[in-house]
Amino acid sequence: MEHGGELVWQLIRHGHCSFMAKITTGNFCRNPYNVTGVCNRSSCPLANNRYATIREDNGVFYLYMKTIERAHIPKDMWEKVKLPRNYEKALEVIDKHLMYWPKLLIHKIKQRLTKMTQMRIRMRKLALKTREKIMTTPRKEKKREARREEKAEKAALLEKSIEKELLERLQKGVYQQSDIYNYPLEEYNKVLDMEKLKAADEEEDEEEPEIEYVEGYDELEEEEDMEDFGGFATFKSQGDYDDDENDGSADDEEAEPVDQSRAKRKMALASKRVEKKGLDSKSKKPRVIVEVEREDAGERQRVVQ
Amino acid sequence: MGGKRKKSDGDDVEEAEEGSKKKTRTSAEKKEQLLPSMIKNKDKRSEVHAKLKRQKKLDKRAKAKARDAAAKRALDLGEEPPEKKVPRTIENTREFDETVCRPDDEELFAGNDADEFSSILNQQQTPKILITTCRFNSTRGPAFISELLSVIPNAHYYKRGTYDLKKIVEYAKNKHFTSVIVVHTNRREPDALLVIGIPNGPTAHFKLSKLVLRKDIKNHGTPTSHKPELVLNNFTTRLGHRVGRLIQSLFPQDPEHKGRRVVTFHNQRDFIFFRHHRYIFETKEVKKAESKSKKDKDGKSENVPEQKTIARLQECGPRFTLKLISLQHGTFDTKGGEYEWVHKPEMDTSRRRFFL
Repeated sequence: MEHGGELVWQLIRHGHCSFMAKITTGNFCRNPYNVTGVCNRSSCPLANNRYATIREDNGVFYLYMKTIERAHIPKDMWEKVKLPRNYEKALEVIDKHLMYWPKLLIHKIKQRLTKMTQMRIRMRKLALKTREKIMTTPRKEKKREARREEKAEKAALLEKSIEKELLERLQKGVYQQSDIYNYPLEEYNKVLDMEKLKAADEEEDEEEPEIEYVEGYDELEEEEDMEDFGGFATFKSQGDYDDDENDGSADDEEAEPVDQSRAKRKMALASKRVEKKGLDSKSKKPRVIVEVEREDAGERQRVVQ
Repeated sequence: MGGKRKKSDGDDVEEAEEGSKKKTRTSAEKKEQLLPSMIKNKDKRSEVHAKLKRQKKLDKRAKAKARDAAAKRALDLGEEPPEKKVPRTIENTREFDETVCRPDDEELFAGNDADEFSSILNQQQTPKILITTCRFNSTRGPAFISELLSVIPNAHYYKRGTYDLKKIVEYAKNKHFTSVIVVHTNRREPDALLVIGIPNGPTAHFKLSKLVLRKDIKNHGTPTSHKPELVLNNFTTRLGHRVGRLIQSLFPQDPEHKGRRVVTFHNQRDFIFFRHHRYIFETKEVKKAESKSKKDKDGKSENVPEQKTIARLQECGPRFTLKLISLQHGTFDTKGGEYEWVHKPEMDTSRRRFFL
């Protein structure tokens, strides 16, 4: 009854086939019983009275066969044969059932079986691995979150609150044990200016009155003037007084320590990179007294000149 | 109330009525009052609306002027200026949350002792962090990770490979890490942060946004390798407290103050802002406020310069915001885990309700 097939083919191909899907590369057949998936005269399950396919149900492969005898009974048209798990055995079963069928069809069926086995292996391997699941967020939410974040950032005055927190900690005295060395810029500059003035004066008259610089601080933390250490260090360590006056590290005054321990401490901390060492004596009162002694200053002067 | 009548009359009648209504407004009258939206004619409606707006603006300005005048007058007379009203903010009007931690909550302290971070926070363990990424590479990911490595002391970066997260967690357990941080990327940008506590610590999933790298910050500073100080602001509720402790367990508990580094996690309206600064304390001369009023008692206005300590910050390191998406009780296990808190969209319905 090849005419039946021919007729059907002509009708559906030139007319309308609901299983046909046309894309740029060619025509495909969406019929679930199609072996190759392409819309062809030889691959169309509707247009061929003798046809066979392999379909999968839950990981098990079945061979479906359609013969001319049952072509007019759509209910019993397809004969279903379960194929064994083993690939070779399945091939043998196919050979047995489709013994006298056209070679092309058998070939296509075997190709399909191969492909499906490979896919089955791959799917099982993937199911064992963990894969990332993509979740979507509605755009409205994304925008809402962005807006709220902006407003929250403005409401959280971050710098102010951080500064406030740090100052609170300072007040509480958290930093007492581990001295933070800050160089109060104002005082530093003030003292520097005094320095320059003094230098100018000294060159004029050799005698200079005893000048006492007393700096007091209201804050709890101790602030040492780099001036003192710098001067102290340069005097003691370098011995000679360099002509670094312009650098600003030149000091005419020295730290006259009130306590010996203080002197030690200041000596130790004389470098620009303030390295903190364990301080033995902790002064509760944050007063740094800097005094200038006249004689030493005089010595200094001699060295310079 | 004769809506039709109002439509046909001039605007003055309307305004007058509105003006009188303002003072004796009851809810019933309010309902009957003509809203501009009830006028069907567009031209007329827009006119009415514009007039209303203008009137409102004038009223507001007049009020502000009156307020300033009253304050000035009070100052001049030497009296106390009238109290400044506190503006209403979302933080002021936050919905009452019964899980807010109280300072005398014994249960809270007991919980703190028994939770997963107590050993780290008691300095029995030093934190050791493992940072890794998601499976795919990204453009900004590596830069962000390198900055994270500089921020968090004792952090190590390992490439992801294709290991399962659960395997990574096991590996971390064997090597005695205390936390695992996974930086997740989406569309070539770091998108989410997973913080997993080891050995059986909670897993927090944060959404990351607004990432600004160090090189993109103007006048940035380079951080040293001293141990930073930590500032955690505004973690009020129990959940917030727990998250705060989780963050705290990432950092060492003995900061080196001389390094003057501070890392801040500031929670505002459920967004956690991360900042990294170097700070310095300075004294500044501040003139007293009395010089404003011209009290020429001694012929000179009092200008007592007052020393005030201020803190100055220099930003270094990255800047980003986190938002908690979910907090899971054990280590990472999406299928079988027990979630302590999950963010659901229906929680966003109220603008005054926050969870952290």
